[in-house]
Amino acid sequence: MIGRLLASRGWNLTRREALECYLFISPVCIGLLVFTIGPILASLYFSFTEYNIIRAPKWVGLDKFHDLIQDELFWQSLKVTSLYVAMHLPISLVLALGIALLMNQKVRGIIFFRTVYYLPSVVSGVAVALLWMWIFNPEFGILNTLLALVNIQGPAWLFDEHWSLPAIALMSLWGVGGSMLIYLAGLQGIPSELYEAAEIDGASRWRRFWFITLPLLSTVILFNLVMGLIASFQEFTPAYVMTSGGPNFSTLFYNYYLYENAFEYLYMGYASAMAWVLLVIVLILTLLVFKSSPMWVFYQERQEE
Amino acid sequence: MSVVQGTSRTTSLRLEHFFTYLLLVMGGVVICIPFFWMISTSLKQQMDVYLFPPQWIPEPVQWDNYRQVMTFWPFWPYVGNSVFVSVGSIVGKLFASSLAAYGFARLRAPGRNVIFIILLSTMMLPSQVTLIPQFILFSKLRWIDTFKPLVVPAFFLGPFYVFLLRQFFMTISFELEDAARMDGCNSLQVFYRIILPLSMPALAIVAIFEFRTRWNDFLEPLIFLNTPSKRTLALALQFFQGSEGVLPQLHLLMAASFLSMVPLLVLFTVAQKRFIQGIVFTGIKG
Repeated sequence: MIGRLLASRGWNLTRREALECYLFISPVCIGLLVFTIGPILASLYFSFTEYNIIRAPKWVGLDKFHDLIQDELFWQSLKVTSLYVAMHLPISLVLALGIALLMNQKVRGIIFFRTVYYLPSVVSGVAVALLWMWIFNPEFGILNTLLALVNIQGPAWLFDEHWSLPAIALMSLWGVGGSMLIYLAGLQGIPSELYEAAEIDGASRWRRFWFITLPLLSTVILFNLVMGLIASFQEFTPAYVMTSGGPNFSTLFYNYYLYENAFEYLYMGYASAMAWVLLVIVLILTLLVFKSSPMWVFYQERQEE
Repeated sequence: MSVVQGTSRTTSLRLEHFFTYLLLVMGGVVICIPFFWMISTSLKQQMDVYLFPPQWIPEPVQWDNYRQVMTFWPFWPYVGNSVFVSVGSIVGKLFASSLAAYGFARLRAPGRNVIFIILLSTMMLPSQVTLIPQFILFSKLRWIDTFKPLVVPAFFLGPFYVFLLRQFFMTISFELEDAARMDGCNSLQVFYRIILPLSMPALAIVAIFEFRTRWNDFLEPLIFLNTPSKRTLALALQFFQGSEGVLPQLHLLMAASFLSMVPLLVLFTVAQKRFIQGIVFTGIKG
């Protein structure tokens, strides 16, 4: 019946459907053009200009990129951010996976624990940064008090240029519950028959983890890796709230330095150049991860063929 | 033989559960210490904050700190600003992303998939690349120092939500939709009479995600708002910290910080189950 109806009005209907489709997606398409693609191109243009909002942009070619290369603080911000990514990403990926494995056990009260582990990741932002500043307080903070209990003289954390960045990385681990939950979702999608079959075959716990869990979880690991990479390159709030990039530029996160240039000094051209450099870095790293993924990511579909 | 094997298995299972619990409890304690420290500080007298060794349990308990935060600091106006921005954003994102998700999931059109892929790939963009031109655009429109930059774009954005809702809409059976069309419903009617009512769980997830993002957001309010009375709660907290003579007021700062976390803590504890389903649903596996 429907078929005949469609056939009689066939072409007309397809055209109507297409029109409706465009109407439904039009707000998002407008947004894509006005708030995303347009601005990306605009910032590419600004990166070749001298621009402070008040006066019209003046074309200066590659000058801003040339300035970037010679700007020590630019390299410092790149170094700080890379160090942060190197400290934060591997530890948080492994820790989140470890916790997810614990959470995947069928023991009583697990929902309670899941909530407790997850909650810190819900409250990111200024309040968390303020709380951890107080935790890291060298004299009266809880961290050094606890360290003193085991006879360790804690460092000055945020006031010590060698410890400020590790301190922020440590704080970020508190929010590891977000990726833990994504791992957990992946773990719960692994069919239990696989484990049962392996157990009957006498596979040890370690072998089951290595040959079942990890391969079947590799797409989730890929997801967490890429998302974590992109997010940690954009870290901003801790630098602004806790340290203002100091001491001695030791927490000058890339995004914070970009913010300073753009919104404190109104160097819009320079900041746009920084934004584009960041875009290229993130793109290259993401591409590298994806290119390397066939070596370590296991796609179930391919196996079934 | 089999009995012996059976008992040893139960014993090892028990041992396993014991160690699981042990690890879970230890980790849980570590995770709770910051919360505990915040609440403990927020209930101290001003002079007890800087004691060495620190007081774990405040003595006496100063509930009055919370009253002070709510009265001397314009706490409720800030909450109002945050609520306005969050609700506005939620409405906007729900509007844009559900409409688009329906288009992408259920209506065929040339170029649809290309647009969808472009949309998805924008999720990977560092936001800095768009932030500066957006700021310039909003300043040309004279939108700086209003809530518009924080709310209006929401009615046109939300690639992740489009993706999430599209996944959900694709699972809804076509039979209902076909029946409705037979009765003369057009796509818009199908959308709000059939698809939306069946998608409440997914829409709730979008709302919760967006609420968290907006409530915690710091960079955008910092850039787009100037007037102190327009600050959102997160932004106001930062200025509370920076205001003069705040160091002796750390107990109030902690009280205010904790209060700002309460809505999220409550919401996510209550909505936890639904929320986890949402994460499973986005089908990261594929």
